[in-house]
Amino acid sequence: MNKKFTIRDLNIRYDHQVALSDCNMDVFANEILGVIGPSNSGKTSFLRTLNRMIDLNNQAVVEGEVLMDGKDVFIDLSVEDLRKRVGMVFASPICLPMSIYENIVYGPRRHGRRKKDELDSLVEESLKASFLWDEVKNRLHTSALRLSGGQQQRLCIARSLANDPEVILFDEPCSGLDPISTAKVEEALVELKQKYTIIFVTNNVKQAARISDRVAFFLMSQLIELDQTQTIFTSPNDKRTEDYVSGRFG
Amino acid sequence: MKEKLIQKSLFLIATSAISILVLITFFIFKEGSPLFLKKGFFSVVFGSDWSPIEGHFGVWPFIVGSIWVTVGALVLGVPLALACSIFLVEFAPKKLRLWVKPAIELLAGIPSVVYGFIGVVILVPLIRVYFGGTGFSVLASSVVLAIMILPTIIGISMDSLSAVPPSYREGSLALGATPWQTVYRVVLPAARSGVLASVILGMGRAIGETMAVIMVAGNAVRIPGALTDSVRTLTSNIALEMGYAIGDHRMALFATGIILFGFIMVLNISANLLTRKK
Repeated sequence: MNKKFTIRDLNIRYDHQVALSDCNMDVFANEILGVIGPSNSGKTSFLRTLNRMIDLNNQAVVEGEVLMDGKDVFIDLSVEDLRKRVGMVFASPICLPMSIYENIVYGPRRHGRRKKDELDSLVEESLKASFLWDEVKNRLHTSALRLSGGQQQRLCIARSLANDPEVILFDEPCSGLDPISTAKVEEALVELKQKYTIIFVTNNVKQAARISDRVAFFLMSQLIELDQTQTIFTSPNDKRTEDYVSGRFG
Repeated sequence: MKEKLIQKSLFLIATSAISILVLITFFIFKEGSPLFLKKGFFSVVFGSDWSPIEGHFGVWPFIVGSIWVTVGALVLGVPLALACSIFLVEFAPKKLRLWVKPAIELLAGIPSVVYGFIGVVILVPLIRVYFGGTGFSVLASSVVLAIMILPTIIGISMDSLSAVPPSYREGSLALGATPWQTVYRVVLPAARSGVLASVILGMGRAIGETMAVIMVAGNAVRIPGALTDSVRTLTSNIALEMGYAIGDHRMALFATGIILFGFIMVLNISANLLTRKK
């Protein structure tokens, strides 16, 4: 399989607080990689390194190599280009304070796409792909902030898709959602795998079991184990992984 | 019993502040409005002949003067103030912001006569040399006022820019927008009402400012035709002539006050409406 990300000796610190130490892993193209672990285990820091959102934190120090298609994300790629190729959906749905339509075309416009008919069809495609089209097709020009939480989260997914990314990072995308909205978001995720590489962080172990191809388990700033979902949940190598996925702690 | 007494006296004190305001308003109108009845509202407001000795009280030159000077101050001051607040909130390191913001607020505490003095000593000669005329001019007043309204505009716009949720910025940046695109497309529109209110309050400050303007404006009674022309504003007119005005003349100065009052009321109310909408 194609490697999308190659991560070597990745260390992340905030001032002197270690967030992740000596992480090595590969992420394959078109897989869903679930990242699980208790809070403060370095999951989110790991995720935010992949599209350099971690740069926003002045105290963060990142060492090591993150290669995307063989190119170092900190050296070879411009940060805007990287973030276009590596989309991100946050824990709480943050739509921009503008209309649904404007939210979706925001990214593409910033990257130079201006033709109206092109943008129109892009909006329709992205909303369909995130299973939101039917619910909002008649009110594309109303404020995005009036949508429900689940709808906003799917709009955020649509927004990332509109940028035509290669990878989409999800940071606990369902933490604030009810079970039905969660199911819809999960449905969208599985569907998206055809075209994109997906890495998602979740606190919900069962969710990781449901939709990921492989699962990475983080604990106390370390990557403990990374394997096929089946293996992680039935016969993990590490005792701590077993304890965590079986609900003995965490 | 004691509780009641305290409540009552606090109520009295609180209402006295408001009633002073009401009384002042009433007084201005009582002293000034007879002139409108006597000479006709339009001939006072739009009359361009101000010669108190002959009984002509057209305040139009001062209205135009105030507008010129204020617009000039806004044209010079607003871009500067906005750029400054955007830089401080979005791009400057936190340490710099902690130093600069109080310094800017200190600008508001400098007495206006000091601004006027600096204007007379430095600005007026500069304008005389480089732009011609006497130097006492619309331009000089606009520059002085532009500096004086900076703290008002910067302070309030900084507050409204900081009030924009960080998640909006993250959302925009995560889509690959540059920091400037994020500011321009997301943060500024989200803070729009506060920023507009700050500009309007700055405008109010510029219209109301008297001392500094008197010192650098030249104060000739005529409608200025160029930026280097001498100008007299509504406030200057009152301050300059109050000392010796009697009868109709005095009344006319109060009428000037009423017009000024109208301007400031409109500005303050619109600023309030804008901030409330948020």
